[in-house]
Amino acid sequence: MTISTSLGHLFPLTGAALVGLGLFGFISLRHPLRQLLAVNVIGAGIFLILGGLGRGEGVTDPYPQALVITGIVVSVALTAVGAAMITRLAEERRAAGTASDQPKDQGP
Amino acid sequence: MTSAFELILCLMILGTACVALFMRDFLAAVAFFVVFGNLMGLAWLTLGAVNVALAEIAIGAGVTGVLLVLSRSRLLALGEEISCGPAKPWLRLGAAAACSVFTAVLAAAVLSIAPDDGLAPVIDGLMPLIGVENPVTGVLLAFRAYDTLLESFVLLGALVAIWSLAAPAAWPRAPAALRMTDPAALNVAGSFGRLLLPVALVMAAYLVWVGSDDPGGAFQGGTVLAGGFLFAAMGGAIGLPRSDNSALRWSLVAGPLVFLAIGLAGAALGRFLAYPEGTAKALIVTIEYSLALSIGVTLALLVAGPPATTETGL
Repeated sequence: MTISTSLGHLFPLTGAALVGLGLFGFISLRHPLRQLLAVNVIGAGIFLILGGLGRGEGVTDPYPQALVITGIVVSVALTAVGAAMITRLAEERRAAGTASDQPKDQGP
Repeated sequence: MTSAFELILCLMILGTACVALFMRDFLAAVAFFVVFGNLMGLAWLTLGAVNVALAEIAIGAGVTGVLLVLSRSRLLALGEEISCGPAKPWLRLGAAAACSVFTAVLAAAVLSIAPDDGLAPVIDGLMPLIGVENPVTGVLLAFRAYDTLLESFVLLGALVAIWSLAAPAAWPRAPAALRMTDPAALNVAGSFGRLLLPVALVMAAYLVWVGSDDPGGAFQGGTVLAGGFLFAAMGGAIGLPRSDNSALRWSLVAGPLVFLAIGLAGAALGRFLAYPEGTAKALIVTIEYSLALSIGVTLALLVAGPPATTETGL
């Protein structure tokens, strides 16, 4: 048995475990910023499944590699939009709480 | 030897992911998330996927980490709590059961697929046609150029979405400044940012250039550029531009526009996004440089957030 057949599933299985962990985090953590982090863990797991299953003798299939790079960039775009929405919601809450006061969004 | 290393690496990836998810202190959690991203990069290196390792460490660990830390400090400044009480026991139990079943099904599905690099020989056979030697760049910009074109528009769309979250009074001002308020930190970040920005420019240009034959490329180069911009902005070496700055807007759309124009020119000559014989490499490098500029500026602004009314820093 070569290394790639005996160990070939190690990274994809780690990816599957990461998806499960991230999903558990997403459900059980009640703060949106933590859920955003959990979504990123799920994404990393999916990339590892996708890329790891392209592993051959010595080389890894460049096709899933390209897809994973695309995925990484799209997931950072998603994270940025999510973070901006969370911050905006917090500003709205604060503006509603202290209606007279303009929301300040910076501090120490 | 190799297998022991890979086993330990996978255990460390799972361990850091657990800590990043369930650590009580969110700042420490993000620190572990960055470690997790770097270990993922190491896993990609083990898989021989250097292009992905670069992207994962720069974008997955670096930019995402900065985004999360920045959001945390903005939320704290708004008086929000990041920590959350423990979820109800029944929810935890139910979630744990459901996720275990899901993971088991997923693992079974993974095990049913044999790892295979079946497309690698096909791509190797096609590479001489386009004159670049990095197969990942070949897939990204020639064989699956359509995906990459759409992806560049996704980034632009994300920025439009973030800008549309700006309060009416804030549009079209600059995003909230990233300048640090602590004078000592600002001093350090300022000097480092001034040193780093030119280095980042050269490194980004280099990464894009070698990307056609060796690991590297537009996304990796663009991220290095974004990192340079962000660090310089945190140190106060550069300010953030207003959202209606026309130079800024042109640099945001340059990459997607050049890509689309070359694609449409290909359509006029035969097929959308097909490069004429012999010109493929020149066109690919042109697209990559304009994409790297747009990606760098877009990523930096994605991190900076929507236009804001306040001028104060971190």
